[in-house]
Amino acid sequence: MLRKTPLGQVLGLGSAKAGTEHWWHQRVTAIAGIPLVFFLIAYVLMHLGASRAEIVASMQNPIVAVLMGLTILNLVWHMRLGLQVVIEDYVHVDHTKYFLLLLNTFFAWVMALAGTYAILKMSFGL
Amino acid sequence: MAEFSLPKNSKVQPGKTWPKPSGKNLKYFKIYRWNPDDGQNPHIDTYTLDMDKCGPMVLDALIKIKNEQDPTLTFRRSCREGICGSCAMNIDGTNTLACLKSCEDVKGDVKIYPLPHMPVIKDLVPDLTRFYAQHRAIEPWLKTVTPQPQAEWRQYPEDRKKLDGLYECILCACCSTSCPSYWWNGDRYLGPAALLQAYRWLIDSRDEGTGERLDNLEDPFRLYRCHTIMNCAKTCPKGLSPAKAIAEIKKMMVERRV
Repeated sequence: MLRKTPLGQVLGLGSAKAGTEHWWHQRVTAIAGIPLVFFLIAYVLMHLGASRAEIVASMQNPIVAVLMGLTILNLVWHMRLGLQVVIEDYVHVDHTKYFLLLLNTFFAWVMALAGTYAILKMSFGL
Repeated sequence: MAEFSLPKNSKVQPGKTWPKPSGKNLKYFKIYRWNPDDGQNPHIDTYTLDMDKCGPMVLDALIKIKNEQDPTLTFRRSCREGICGSCAMNIDGTNTLACLKSCEDVKGDVKIYPLPHMPVIKDLVPDLTRFYAQHRAIEPWLKTVTPQPQAEWRQYPEDRKKLDGLYECILCACCSTSCPSYWWNGDRYLGPAALLQAYRWLIDSRDEGTGERLDNLEDPFRLYRCHTIMNCAKTCPKGLSPAKAIAEIKKMMVERRV
Protein backbone atom coordinates (compact mmCIF):
# COMPACT_ATOMS: atom_id res chain seq x y z
CA MET A 1 0.00 0.00 0.00
CA LEU A 2 1.25 3.43 -0.95
CA ARG A 3 1.19 5.48 2.24
CA LYS A 4 1.98 9.11 1.52
CA THR A 5 2.77 11.89 3.98
CA PRO A 6 -0.17 14.20 4.82
CA LEU A 7 1.19 16.82 2.38
CA GLY A 8 1.71 14.13 -0.27
CA GLN A 9 -1.91 13.06 0.17
CA VAL A 10 -3.19 16.62 -0.18
CA LEU A 11 -1.05 17.29 -3.28
CA GLY A 12 -2.27 13.98 -4.73
CA LEU A 13 -1.88 13.76 -8.49
CA GLY A 14 -1.32 17.50 -8.77
CA SER A 15 -3.54 20.20 -10.16
CA ALA A 16 -5.67 19.25 -13.18
CA LYS A 17 -5.15 22.82 -14.52
CA ALA A 18 -8.81 22.70 -15.51
CA GLY A 19 -12.20 23.48 -14.09
CA THR A 20 -12.48 27.17 -14.90
CA GLU A 21 -14.10 26.48 -18.26
CA HIS A 22 -16.61 24.12 -16.65
CA TRP A 23 -17.45 26.68 -13.97
CA TRP A 24 -17.66 29.53 -16.46
CA HIS A 25 -19.86 27.57 -18.88
CA GLN A 26 -22.20 26.74 -16.03
CA ARG A 27 -22.62 30.48 -15.34
CA VAL A 28 -22.98 31.39 -19.00
CA THR A 29 -25.65 28.74 -19.60
CA ALA A 30 -27.41 29.83 -16.39
CA ILE A 31 -27.59 33.44 -17.61
CA ALA A 32 -28.65 32.38 -21.11
CA GLY A 33 -31.27 30.15 -19.51
CA ILE A 34 -33.14 33.05 -17.89
CA PRO A 35 -34.60 34.59 -21.10
CA LEU A 36 -34.84 31.21 -22.81
CA VAL A 37 -36.91 29.68 -20.01
CA PHE A 38 -39.19 32.73 -20.04
CA PHE A 39 -39.61 32.12 -23.75
CA LEU A 40 -40.37 28.43 -23.13
CA ILE A 41 -42.99 29.22 -20.46
CA ALA A 42 -44.61 31.83 -22.69
CA TYR A 43 -44.63 29.41 -25.61
CA VAL A 44 -46.22 26.64 -23.54
CA LEU A 45 -48.87 28.99 -22.10
CA MET A 46 -49.72 30.29 -25.57
CA HIS A 47 -50.10 26.79 -26.94
CA LEU A 48 -52.05 25.11 -24.15
CA GLY A 49 -54.43 22.63 -25.76
CA ALA A 50 -53.06 23.25 -29.26
CA SER A 51 -53.24 20.42 -31.78
CA ARG A 52 -50.13 18.84 -33.32
CA ALA A 53 -50.79 20.69 -36.58
CA GLU A 54 -50.80 24.05 -34.74
CA ILE A 55 -47.52 23.23 -32.98
CA VAL A 56 -45.94 22.18 -36.27
CA ALA A 57 -47.17 25.40 -37.84
CA SER A 58 -45.72 27.49 -34.99
CA MET A 59 -42.33 25.85 -35.47
CA GLN A 60 -42.26 27.01 -39.06
CA ASN A 61 -41.67 30.51 -37.75
CA PRO A 62 -37.85 30.65 -37.88
CA ILE A 63 -37.60 32.78 -34.71
CA VAL A 64 -39.65 30.28 -32.71
CA ALA A 65 -37.68 27.33 -34.10
CA VAL A 66 -34.29 28.92 -33.40
CA LEU A 67 -35.28 30.02 -29.89
CA MET A 68 -36.68 26.56 -29.15
CA GLY A 69 -33.47 24.93 -30.44
CA LEU A 70 -31.35 27.27 -28.30
CA THR A 71 -33.52 26.56 -25.25
CA ILE A 72 -33.10 22.81 -25.58
CA LEU A 73 -29.36 22.91 -26.26
CA ASN A 74 -28.76 25.42 -23.45
CA LEU A 75 -30.80 23.47 -20.92
CA VAL A 76 -29.20 20.16 -21.87
CA TRP A 77 -25.71 21.62 -21.65
CA HIS A 78 -26.44 23.24 -18.29
CA MET A 79 -27.97 20.01 -17.00
CA ARG A 80 -24.96 17.96 -18.06
CA LEU A 81 -22.53 20.32 -16.31
CA GLY A 82 -24.64 20.46 -13.16
CA LEU A 83 -25.25 16.74 -12.91
CA GLN A 84 -21.55 16.09 -13.45
CA VAL A 85 -20.79 18.19 -10.36
CA VAL A 86 -23.45 16.36 -8.33
CA ILE A 87 -21.99 12.97 -9.33
CA GLU A 88 -18.44 14.08 -8.51
CA ASP A 89 -19.62 15.47 -5.17
CA TYR A 90 -21.45 12.42 -3.92
CA VAL A 91 -20.26 9.31 -5.76
CA HIS A 92 -16.84 8.17 -4.66
CA VAL A 93 -16.77 4.57 -5.85
CA ASP A 94 -14.69 4.68 -9.04
CA HIS A 95 -16.65 2.30 -11.30
CA THR A 96 -20.04 3.76 -10.30
CA LYS A 97 -18.70 7.28 -10.75
CA TYR A 98 -17.35 6.65 -14.26
CA PHE A 99 -20.51 4.78 -15.23
CA LEU A 100 -22.74 7.64 -14.08
CA LEU A 101 -20.52 10.26 -15.73
CA LEU A 102 -20.74 8.36 -19.03
CA LEU A 103 -24.48 7.94 -18.65
CA ASN A 104 -24.82 11.67 -17.98
CA THR A 105 -22.89 12.54 -21.13
CA PHE A 106 -24.76 10.04 -23.30
CA PHE A 107 -28.13 11.14 -21.96
CA ALA A 108 -27.28 14.80 -22.65
CA TRP A 109 -26.22 14.05 -26.24
CA VAL A 110 -29.33 11.97 -26.93
CA MET A 111 -31.58 14.70 -25.51
CA ALA A 112 -29.78 17.42 -27.46
CA LEU A 113 -29.92 15.57 -30.78
CA ALA A 114 -33.46 14.26 -30.34
CA GLY A 115 -34.70 17.74 -29.41
CA THR A 116 -32.93 19.42 -32.31
CA TYR A 117 -34.16 16.75 -34.73
CA ALA A 118 -37.76 17.15 -33.56
CA ILE A 119 -37.63 20.93 -33.97
CA LEU A 120 -36.02 20.70 -37.42
CA LYS A 121 -38.59 18.13 -38.52
CA MET A 122 -41.50 20.32 -37.47
CA SER A 123 -39.80 23.43 -38.77
CA PHE A 124 -39.62 21.87 -42.23
CA GLY A 125 -43.32 20.97 -41.94
CA LEU A 126 -42.75 17.21 -41.75
CA MET B 1 -21.00 7.51 -1.79
CA ALA B 2 -21.13 10.42 0.57
CA GLU B 3 -21.80 9.16 4.08
CA PHE B 4 -25.10 10.29 5.49
CA SER B 5 -25.12 8.05 8.56
CA LEU B 6 -22.43 7.29 11.08
CA PRO B 7 -20.59 3.96 11.08
CA LYS B 8 -21.70 1.54 13.83
CA ASN B 9 -18.77 2.27 16.12
CA SER B 10 -19.36 6.02 15.87
CA LYS B 11 -23.06 6.05 16.78
CA VAL B 12 -23.42 8.34 19.77
CA GLN B 13 -24.90 6.77 22.93
CA PRO B 14 -26.39 8.42 26.01
CA GLY B 15 -23.70 8.76 28.68
CA LYS B 16 -23.26 9.52 32.34
CA THR B 17 -25.01 12.32 34.20
CA TRP B 18 -22.57 13.83 36.65
CA PRO B 19 -23.68 14.97 40.13
CA LYS B 20 -25.32 18.40 40.31
CA PRO B 21 -23.73 21.14 42.39
CA SER B 22 -25.92 23.19 44.71
CA GLY B 23 -26.96 26.64 43.54
CA LYS B 24 -29.78 28.45 41.79
CA ASN B 25 -28.38 29.45 38.42
CA LEU B 26 -27.80 25.95 37.04
CA LYS B 27 -26.88 25.24 33.43
CA TYR B 28 -26.56 21.83 31.80
CA PHE B 29 -23.69 20.93 29.50
CA LYS B 30 -24.08 17.94 27.21
CA ILE B 31 -20.63 17.03 26.00
CA TYR B 32 -19.43 14.49 23.44
CA ARG B 33 -17.04 11.99 25.00
CA TRP B 34 -14.96 9.38 23.22
CA ASN B 35 -11.96 7.55 24.55
CA PRO B 36 -9.82 5.65 22.02
CA ASP B 37 -8.63 3.26 24.74
CA ASP B 38 -11.87 1.82 26.15
CA GLY B 39 -13.40 0.35 22.98
CA GLN B 40 -16.74 2.03 23.69
CA ASN B 41 -18.89 4.08 21.33
CA PRO B 42 -18.92 7.83 21.81
CA HIS B 43 -21.44 9.04 24.37
CA ILE B 44 -22.91 12.31 25.63
CA ASP B 45 -22.15 13.11 29.26
CA THR B 46 -24.24 15.66 31.13
CA TYR B 47 -22.53 18.06 33.53
CA THR B 48 -24.22 20.74 35.59
CA LEU B 49 -22.64 24.01 36.64
CA ASP B 50 -23.76 26.83 38.90
CA MET B 51 -23.26 29.76 36.55
CA ASP B 52 -23.00 32.18 39.48
CA LYS B 53 -19.67 30.52 40.26
CA CYS B 54 -18.43 30.12 36.69
CA GLY B 55 -16.90 32.46 34.10
CA PRO B 56 -19.17 33.59 31.25
CA MET B 57 -17.68 31.70 28.30
CA VAL B 58 -18.11 28.08 27.28
CA LEU B 59 -14.35 27.62 27.70
CA ASP B 60 -14.63 28.82 31.31
CA ALA B 61 -17.30 26.16 31.85
CA LEU B 62 -15.17 23.43 30.24
CA ILE B 63 -12.16 24.36 32.38
CA LYS B 64 -14.33 24.42 35.51
CA ILE B 65 -15.74 20.97 34.69
CA LYS B 66 -12.24 19.61 34.08
CA ASN B 67 -10.88 21.17 37.28
CA GLU B 68 -13.72 20.36 39.63
CA GLN B 69 -15.75 17.45 38.26
CA ASP B 70 -14.07 15.32 35.62
CA PRO B 71 -10.33 15.64 34.97
CA THR B 72 -10.59 13.14 32.07
CA LEU B 73 -12.56 15.62 29.91
CA THR B 74 -10.18 16.40 27.03
CA PHE B 75 -10.10 19.54 24.88
CA ARG B 76 -7.58 21.95 23.38
CA ARG B 77 -7.23 25.48 24.67
CA SER B 78 -4.54 28.07 25.01
CA CYS B 79 -5.04 31.83 24.77
CA ARG B 80 -8.69 32.05 25.98
CA GLU B 81 -9.17 35.24 23.95
CA GLY B 82 -9.86 34.18 20.37
CA ILE B 83 -6.41 34.50 18.90
CA CYS B 84 -4.92 31.00 19.00
CA GLY B 85 -7.78 29.03 17.48
CA SER B 86 -7.17 25.99 19.70
CA CYS B 87 -10.59 25.70 21.32
CA ALA B 88 -12.59 25.43 18.06
CA MET B 89 -15.52 23.05 18.57
CA ASN B 90 -19.17 22.65 17.70
CA ILE B 91 -21.26 24.46 20.31
CA ASP B 92 -25.05 24.66 20.09
CA GLY B 93 -24.91 23.37 16.51
CA THR B 94 -22.36 25.87 15.21
CA ASN B 95 -18.60 25.67 14.92
CA THR B 96 -17.00 28.39 16.99
CA LEU B 97 -14.33 29.12 19.56
CA ALA B 98 -15.32 28.06 23.07
CA CYS B 99 -13.50 31.11 24.45
CA LEU B 100 -15.58 33.54 22.39
CA LYS B 101 -18.95 31.83 22.87
CA SER B 102 -20.92 33.04 25.84
CA CYS B 103 -22.92 30.42 27.76
CA GLU B 104 -25.73 32.97 28.08
CA ASP B 105 -26.14 33.07 24.31
CA VAL B 106 -27.08 29.39 24.30
CA LYS B 107 -30.77 28.80 24.95
CA GLY B 108 -31.33 25.67 27.05
CA ASP B 109 -28.63 23.05 27.44
CA VAL B 110 -25.18 23.72 26.00
CA LYS B 111 -24.40 20.93 23.55
CA ILE B 112 -20.71 20.58 22.76
CA TYR B 113 -19.26 18.33 20.06
CA PRO B 114 -15.86 18.19 18.35
CA LEU B 115 -15.52 19.88 14.94
CA PRO B 116 -17.69 17.89 12.50
CA HIS B 117 -16.49 15.23 10.09
CA MET B 118 -12.92 15.07 11.32
CA PRO B 119 -11.27 12.03 12.88
CA VAL B 120 -11.53 12.35 16.67
CA ILE B 121 -8.41 11.80 18.77
CA LYS B 122 -10.23 12.05 22.10
CA ASP B 123 -13.39 13.83 23.33
CA LEU B 124 -13.34 17.32 21.80
CA VAL B 125 -9.94 16.99 20.15
CA PRO B 126 -10.08 16.43 16.37
CA ASP B 127 -7.16 15.31 14.20
CA LEU B 128 -6.24 18.36 12.10
CA THR B 129 -3.22 16.84 10.34
CA ARG B 130 -4.78 17.02 6.88
CA PHE B 131 -6.13 20.50 7.53
CA TYR B 132 -2.61 21.75 8.28
CA ALA B 133 -1.21 19.92 5.25
CA GLN B 134 -3.77 21.74 3.10
CA HIS B 135 -2.52 25.04 4.46
CA ARG B 136 1.04 23.97 3.68
CA ALA B 137 -0.04 22.95 0.17
CA ILE B 138 -1.00 26.51 -0.81
CA GLU B 139 2.58 27.63 0.05
CA PRO B 140 1.70 30.34 2.56
CA TRP B 141 4.80 32.48 2.21
CA LEU B 142 6.02 35.37 0.07
CA LYS B 143 7.34 34.20 -3.31
CA THR B 144 9.58 36.56 -5.22
CA VAL B 145 11.93 36.50 -8.18
CA THR B 146 13.14 40.10 -7.93
CA PRO B 147 16.30 40.18 -5.78
CA GLN B 148 15.52 40.89 -2.17
CA PRO B 149 15.70 44.61 -1.33
CA GLN B 150 18.19 45.94 1.24
CA ALA B 151 15.41 46.87 3.60
CA GLU B 152 11.88 45.47 3.69
CA TRP B 153 9.54 44.77 0.73
CA ARG B 154 7.54 47.95 0.43
CA GLN B 155 3.80 48.13 0.08
CA TYR B 156 1.40 51.03 -0.45
CA PRO B 157 -1.17 51.50 2.33
CA GLU B 158 -4.02 50.78 -0.11
CA ASP B 159 -2.35 47.49 -1.11
CA ARG B 160 -1.91 46.61 2.55
CA LYS B 161 -5.63 47.26 3.03
CA LYS B 162 -6.40 44.42 0.62
CA LEU B 163 -5.07 41.98 3.22
CA ASP B 164 -7.64 43.12 5.78
CA GLY B 165 -10.29 40.47 6.29
CA LEU B 166 -7.73 37.83 5.30
CA TYR B 167 -4.70 38.16 7.57
CA GLU B 168 -6.89 37.83 10.68
CA CYS B 169 -7.52 34.13 9.98
CA ILE B 170 -6.25 32.05 12.90
CA LEU B 171 -6.64 28.64 11.22
CA CYS B 172 -9.09 27.37 13.81
CA ALA B 173 -10.72 25.11 11.16
CA CYS B 174 -14.29 26.19 12.03
CA CYS B 175 -15.00 27.10 8.40
CA SER B 176 -13.55 24.07 6.65
CA THR B 177 -15.26 21.65 9.03
CA SER B 178 -18.61 23.41 8.55
CA CYS B 179 -18.48 22.99 4.77
CA PRO B 180 -20.48 20.07 3.31
CA SER B 181 -18.24 20.06 0.25
CA TYR B 182 -15.27 19.63 2.58
CA TRP B 183 -17.07 16.82 4.42
CA TRP B 184 -17.69 14.87 1.23
CA ASN B 185 -14.49 15.71 -0.64
CA GLY B 186 -12.01 16.90 1.98
CA ASP B 187 -9.37 14.60 0.51
CA ARG B 188 -9.26 16.61 -2.72
CA TYR B 189 -10.97 19.92 -1.98
CA LEU B 190 -8.64 22.31 -0.13
CA GLY B 191 -11.45 23.78 1.95
CA PRO B 192 -12.36 27.40 2.79
CA ALA B 193 -9.55 28.03 5.30
CA ALA B 194 -6.72 27.02 2.94
CA LEU B 195 -8.36 28.87 0.04
CA LEU B 196 -8.75 32.06 2.09
CA GLN B 197 -5.04 31.78 2.89
CA ALA B 198 -4.30 31.18 -0.79
CA TYR B 199 -6.14 34.38 -1.68
CA ARG B 200 -4.25 36.25 1.04
CA TRP B 201 -1.04 35.55 -0.95
CA LEU B 202 -2.64 35.98 -4.38
CA ILE B 203 -3.73 39.52 -3.50
CA ASP B 204 -0.45 40.52 -1.80
CA SER B 205 1.13 43.27 -3.93
CA ARG B 206 4.64 42.05 -2.97
CA ASP B 207 4.11 38.47 -4.14
CA GLU B 208 5.38 37.42 -7.56
CA GLY B 209 4.06 33.87 -7.57
CA THR B 210 0.49 34.73 -8.60
CA GLY B 211 0.43 32.78 -11.86
CA GLU B 212 2.03 29.73 -10.32
CA ARG B 213 -0.37 29.89 -7.37
CA LEU B 214 -3.38 30.09 -9.71
CA ASP B 215 -1.99 27.17 -11.74
CA ASN B 216 -1.82 25.07 -8.59
CA LEU B 217 -5.36 25.96 -7.56
CA GLU B 218 -7.01 25.51 -10.96
CA ASP B 219 -8.57 22.14 -10.39
CA PRO B 220 -12.13 20.81 -10.38
CA PHE B 221 -11.62 19.58 -6.81
CA ARG B 222 -9.01 21.79 -5.13
CA LEU B 223 -10.92 25.01 -5.85
CA TYR B 224 -14.11 24.30 -7.73
CA ARG B 225 -15.70 22.02 -5.12
CA CYS B 226 -16.74 25.29 -3.51
CA HIS B 227 -20.42 25.64 -4.38
CA THR B 228 -20.90 28.90 -2.47
CA ILE B 229 -22.83 27.20 0.33
CA MET B 230 -21.62 30.02 2.65
CA ASN B 231 -21.46 27.98 5.87
CA CYS B 232 -17.83 29.12 6.13
CA ALA B 233 -18.71 32.81 6.25
CA LYS B 234 -21.61 32.16 8.62
CA THR B 235 -19.57 30.20 11.15
CA CYS B 236 -16.24 32.09 11.15
CA PRO B 237 -15.65 33.22 14.77
CA LYS B 238 -13.46 36.06 13.47
CA GLY B 239 -16.19 37.36 11.15
CA LEU B 240 -14.20 36.71 7.96
CA SER B 241 -15.64 35.53 4.65
CA PRO B 242 -13.73 32.65 3.07
CA ALA B 243 -16.61 32.38 0.56
CA LYS B 244 -15.82 35.87 -0.74
CA ALA B 245 -12.09 35.07 -0.95
CA ILE B 246 -12.88 31.94 -2.98
CA ALA B 247 -15.17 33.91 -5.28
CA GLU B 248 -12.30 36.37 -5.85
CA ILE B 249 -9.99 33.48 -6.77
CA LYS B 250 -12.56 32.22 -9.28
CA LYS B 251 -12.77 35.74 -10.73
CA MET B 252 -8.97 35.78 -11.15
CA MET B 253 -9.18 32.43 -12.93
CA VAL B 254 -11.67 33.85 -15.43
CA GLU B 255 -9.80 37.14 -15.72
CA ARG B 256 -6.65 35.46 -16.97
CA ARG B 257 -8.60 33.73 -19.73
CA VAL B 258 -10.82 36.42 -21.20
